[in-house]
Amino acid sequence: MKEKRNLLRRIGAAFLRFLEGAGKLTVFALRATSHCFRPPLYPRLIGQQMVDIGYYSLPVVGMTTLFAGMVLALQSYTGFARFSAESAIPNVVVLSITRELGPVLAGLMIAGRIGAAMAAEVGTMRVTEQIDALNTLATNPFKYLVAPRLIAGVTMMPLLVLVGDVIGVFGGYIVSVYKLGFNASAYIQNTWEFLEFQDVASGLVKAAVFGYLVALMGCYHGYQSRGGAQGVGAATTNAVVSASILILISNYIITEIYFAQ
Amino acid sequence: MTAAPKIKMTGVKKAFGPKVVLDGFDLEVLPRESVVIMGGSGSGKSVALKCILGLVTPDDGHIEIDGVEVTNLSRKDREAVNAKIGMLFQNAALFDSLSVWENIAFGLIQGRKMARDKARDIAHEKLAQVGMGADVGALSPAELSGGMRKRVGLARAIAGDPDIIFFDEPTTGLDPIMGHVIDDLIVKCVREVGATALSITHDMASARRISDRMAMLFKGKNIWQGPTSSVDESGNDHVDQFINGRADGPIQMEVFKP
Ligand SMILES: Nc1ncnc2c1ncn2[C@@H]1O[C@H](COP(=O)(O)OP(=O)(O)OP(=O)(O)O)[C@@H](O)[C@H]1O
Ligand SMILES: [Mg+2]
Repeated sequence: MKEKRNLLRRIGAAFLRFLEGAGKLTVFALRATSHCFRPPLYPRLIGQQMVDIGYYSLPVVGMTTLFAGMVLALQSYTGFARFSAESAIPNVVVLSITRELGPVLAGLMIAGRIGAAMAAEVGTMRVTEQIDALNTLATNPFKYLVAPRLIAGVTMMPLLVLVGDVIGVFGGYIVSVYKLGFNASAYIQNTWEFLEFQDVASGLVKAAVFGYLVALMGCYHGYQSRGGAQGVGAATTNAVVSASILILISNYIITEIYFAQ
Repeated sequence: MTAAPKIKMTGVKKAFGPKVVLDGFDLEVLPRESVVIMGGSGSGKSVALKCILGLVTPDDGHIEIDGVEVTNLSRKDREAVNAKIGMLFQNAALFDSLSVWENIAFGLIQGRKMARDKARDIAHEKLAQVGMGADVGALSPAELSGGMRKRVGLARAIAGDPDIIFFDEPTTGLDPIMGHVIDDLIVKCVREVGATALSITHDMASARRISDRMAMLFKGKNIWQGPTSSVDESGNDHVDQFINGRADGPIQMEVFKP
């Protein structure tokens, strides 16, 4: 009986902690987002973040989607050859890349690359009192640190994913033409023919949401970090893990919304 | 002196979890006065400064700056109040993504929207006042020694010619000569520029040089305050023990003997 009550108490406590965390995060997100729309903005800092997210992540995202496209062509060939539907491969590749794999893989890679870096940087600034120093210099850390990162995340991720999409489709093309013996122009024509604006657009909407989530989690966990190097390490891990999970969950939700239409 | 106090803390309380740090702390600092807070390591001196700056929210009590209650200010009003305060953090807290001169000019460029060229000139001027050449301005904080970092933090704190300046251990980690130079700089800020200064220091010689008045923080309370000239005749055992640095006395350091 007593054990049961203890268990209940622990579950209750964990639940309350979860609610508290969710509430804190919501307040943080609302505050941070509202600062993205209120001047003064810091164009220099936004530019810096954009270069970091958009430009320096290109190789990682490019590699990821390239190989995803390549393996996709191979695997769908294995499946479709069994009922002689090989001609559907270009279609399968372009749809999977633009709707799902492009944004999700890029999102996860960016969570690892950018989310971790943001959490570490903001977290270090927190534990070394640099964020306090910002406050004493009459500068709002939300405006100076968080808003530029959110803005850069939301705007650069779609661009990054668009480039990733092209590279991914190209990966499928290479394998299909040079390994599976497709006709090059027929492959390209097939790719274009069935591709709808919606496919690409839904992928880019996802990308913008993922970019927001990664930047938000990076800043949030960094901002909340406490207690030296260990605290910053924990913040970094939490930022990557929570951003990745939120990406997968929100991916399903957005897909569901588009699916319903 | 009957002037209205520049800073007035009454009954300020702050606890971190079960640990009570400030327990009804009172302090008044008059305009153009230089006050030093003494107190053992970990007694809550830095926390007291952070309460005034709004970086730590007190659990109870009142803090007034220029007669205005500042414990529950809106974000915007808080920024306006902080704009007239300069703070040297105990560990300098320099922005490591910016160069030294950008650190010093930060408040001027971001807060007051000054042109970068002009702000850079002022930064170099302040850098010279803390004994460093313009060549240091281009370095990043990671390339500085501990004492240099402290001095850059000090230059940043006074760059905007603030009305009120907080110095958290301004001379720790400096050689005695440079310590003296910094003391003179603090005195100059108060005497010539007309700032109000609230400092924390463990260096009694430096404290005597820079302060008009001293206060002693012990167990979360202000147990003694008086003019610097009378500190030797305070009649308070705690103060006596502290300024003479004796190991035995009413203040028992928590050292665990094996
Ligand atoms: N953010 C915090 N969270 C929890 N405890 C804290 C925090 N900041 C300070 N403390 C505690 O408050 C106490 C007072 O800290 P404070 O930094 O004010 O000491 P201090 O008087 O400045 O000491 P020192 O002379 O060594 O700098 C310490 O015991 C410290 O553990
Ligand atoms: Mg301290």
